[in-house]
Amino acid sequence: MHIEPSFHKRYKKALNDKTMLKAVKLGTGRLRGNRTKAIEAVGVEKWLEFRDRAEAIRMHVVQHLDQYLEQMVDSVLKRGGHVCLAKTGEEAVQYIADLAKKKNAKNIVKSKSMVTEEIHLNPALEQQGCKVIESDLGEWIIQLAGETPSHIIVPAMHKNRFQVADLFNEVSKDKIPAEVQALCGFARAHLREQFLKIDMGITGCNFALADSGAFTLCTNEGNARIVSALSPTLVTVMGMERILPGVEELAVMLSLLARSATGQKLTVYNTLSTGVRSEDEYDGPQEFHLVIVDNGRSKLLGSKYEKVLNCIRCGACLNACPVFRNIGGHAYGWVYPGPIGAVLSPLYQGMDKYGELAYATTLCGACASTCPVKIPLHDMLYALRNDKVELEHKGELAEDIAYKGWSATFASASRYRFSVRMARRFQFPLVSAGKIAYGPPPISNWLKARDMPALPDKFFHEIWPDMKDGKE
Amino acid sequence: MKASLFITCIADLMYADVGKSVVNVLRRSGVQLDFPEGQTCCGQPAFSSGYYKETAVVAKKIIEVFEKSERVVMPSGSCAAMIHHGYPILFKDDPVWAKKADDFVHKCYEFSQFIVDVLGITDVGATFKKKVTYHSSCHMSRILGVEEQPKILLKNVKGIEFIELPFAFDCCGFGGTFSMKMSGISEAIVEEKVDNIIETGADVLAGSDLTCLMNISGRLSRRGSRIKVMHLAQVLDQGV
Repeated sequence: MHIEPSFHKRYKKALNDKTMLKAVKLGTGRLRGNRTKAIEAVGVEKWLEFRDRAEAIRMHVVQHLDQYLEQMVDSVLKRGGHVCLAKTGEEAVQYIADLAKKKNAKNIVKSKSMVTEEIHLNPALEQQGCKVIESDLGEWIIQLAGETPSHIIVPAMHKNRFQVADLFNEVSKDKIPAEVQALCGFARAHLREQFLKIDMGITGCNFALADSGAFTLCTNEGNARIVSALSPTLVTVMGMERILPGVEELAVMLSLLARSATGQKLTVYNTLSTGVRSEDEYDGPQEFHLVIVDNGRSKLLGSKYEKVLNCIRCGACLNACPVFRNIGGHAYGWVYPGPIGAVLSPLYQGMDKYGELAYATTLCGACASTCPVKIPLHDMLYALRNDKVELEHKGELAEDIAYKGWSATFASASRYRFSVRMARRFQFPLVSAGKIAYGPPPISNWLKARDMPALPDKFFHEIWPDMKDGKE
Repeated sequence: MKASLFITCIADLMYADVGKSVVNVLRRSGVQLDFPEGQTCCGQPAFSSGYYKETAVVAKKIIEVFEKSERVVMPSGSCAAMIHHGYPILFKDDPVWAKKADDFVHKCYEFSQFIVDVLGITDVGATFKKKVTYHSSCHMSRILGVEEQPKILLKNVKGIEFIELPFAFDCCGFGGTFSMKMSGISEAIVEEKVDNIIETGADVLAGSDLTCLMNISGRLSRRGSRIKVMHLAQVLDQGV
C-alpha cells in the first residue's frame, strides 16, 4: 500500500472520504460511550484508584525492564521455549522468516498483533511463498482490502458492512448479503478451514508474565486461542515493554484494558499460554518461539518520553481524540494512529518523517485524561514541538521570526501597547462591518469557515483608566 | 478582599466588554480590584508552539508585574491553566524562577474559580431570562480542574433556563495555531460543536475561554445562527 508522505495531503484526502468518516464516527462514538458507562458502573473514584495502580505497575516494570526481561527469558527457556531478542524490526522479521523456511511452513495463520504490523512481517513471509492469513475478523477484512489497520483495537473501523460484503464476495463462491450475521458466519466458516491447515501460528501478546513465562491474549472472537492451541509451531511476537511481573498485576490490567477499549468488564477470551505443551497436555504447540522486539523502544528508557512505554494499546485515546474522530487512522501514516501514534511515530520513526503529527492535535488533553495508565500524552505533544524547535532547530522560519518578535514585543507593556495600536490603525483595509473580511495566510485559513472580529475601537487597557475609581 | 486583574491579551485586545463585565461582577462581589499596568500575555501561543525560551522571557515579565499582588484573577481558563501547568515546566531547570513561578501559581485563579472557591459566592445576584448552554473549555476543565464552578454560578442566575450541552467537554477545535495550520480538521471539529449547540435550542452559549468562544462564535456567525455567544462574566453582569 502506497502511503502519501505528506500528512497535510493525507488528512485532506481523509476529510473528503465521507463514507470512511461516517464509519469512524459511529465506531468511536460507540466505544467511548461504552467506556463512559463502564466507568460510571465502577464509580469514578474507584476508577481513578485503579488508574493509579495501573500506572504504578507499568512504571515499575518500565523502570526495571532489564530485570523483568531477563526473568521472562529465563522462564520461557525453562519451559522449553525459544527466545529471540530482536534489536530491530528487520531482525525480528528475519528470525520468523527463517523459522518458517526451516519448518517448511506453507500455511501461516496469525492472530491480531500491532507489533507485526509495525515490523511489516506479512509481506516478508509472503515473499518467500508462505500463505499468511489474518484470523482476527477486522485484520482479515483489511488484509483482503490490502490496507493497514486504522485503529489499534478495531482495525477495520473505517469500513462499513457494504464494503466488507464486497471484499468477502471476492473470496466467496456464494453471494454474501451485507448483513452482519451473514458476514460473520461466512468469516467464521472460512477461517475455520484455515485453522485446520495451520503449519505455523503467529500471535501478538497483550501481556507477558515474567514470573511464569506465560503470555496473555485478549480477544473477543477466540481466534487467538485457536491459533495458540492448534499451531504445531507457535511464534509470539511482543514489544519489549509488554511485560508484567505476574498474574496479580495482570488482574488489574485486564480489567482496565477491557473497560478502556470497549467498555466490557472483561474481554471475552483471555488466554494465558505457557508455550510448549507439556507431556500431560493434549494441545498446544510442540515448538514455541517468543520474539521480543525493541525497534526503538529501548532508546526511550530513561528519557522524558519513557512513560509512553506504559501504553497497553487499548485505543481509548483514539476514541477520545477530536482529530482522530474527524480524520480516521490512516491519515496518521504509520501503524499507530491517534494521540498515541502522534507521539510514538516521531519517536520511533523520526521527526523528519512524522514530526508533523505533533501538530495534528488541538492540545485538548482528552487523550491524557482518558489514558488508563496515565501517559501524559498532552505534555508529550508539547515536548515534541519544543524538541523540534529547540533541540533540532527545525522550527518553521516564519514561526521562528514571529515568536522572536512576539517575545521582544510582549515582554514590555509599552512595546505591546504600541504595536497593538499600530495593528488597529492599519487593519482597516481588511475590515468590513466590524469583522475581518480578508487576510493573508494564516488568517485566510481561519476565514474559510469562520468569521473573526476586528480589533475594537478601545482596548481594555484604554478603558481601565475610566473604570479605575470604581466607575462602571 | 483585594485582587489584581490579569485581563489576558485576548480579552484586552478583542473583547474589552468582557473585561468591563469582569470588573463589574467582581466589584459587586466585594473585591477591591487593581490592574497592574505592565501586563501583556501569559505566553500560551509561543509555549504551545514549542518556543519555550521566548515564552520564558514573557512569563518572567508577567510574574514580576504581579509580584506584589495577593491574588490574581483572570477571565480565561486556558491562561490560568498555562500558568498553573506551563510555568512549572518552563522553569523546571531554573531554581530561582521555579520558586517565583510557584509563588505566582498559588495566587492565580480563573474568574469563576475565584468567585466560588475564594470568595465563597455561588449567586452573584444576576437576572437573565434566557435559555443558556455552556461549553466546558478543555484546559480549564482538564488541566486546571475547574468544571463545576461556572455552572454553579450560571444555574443561580435568576430567570435563566440552563440547558446541558451534549458532549460539553469535547474540544471546540480551536487549538491555537492548529485552527489555522490544519484549518480543515479544525473546521470539522467546530462544526460538531456548533451542531450540538444548535441542537440544545439555547439562545445563548456561555463559556469561560475567549479563544474557544471566538472560534465557536466565528462558525455560528458564518452559519447565520442567531445564538449569542457570551463570556460567563457577561451573563453574570445582566439584570443588576
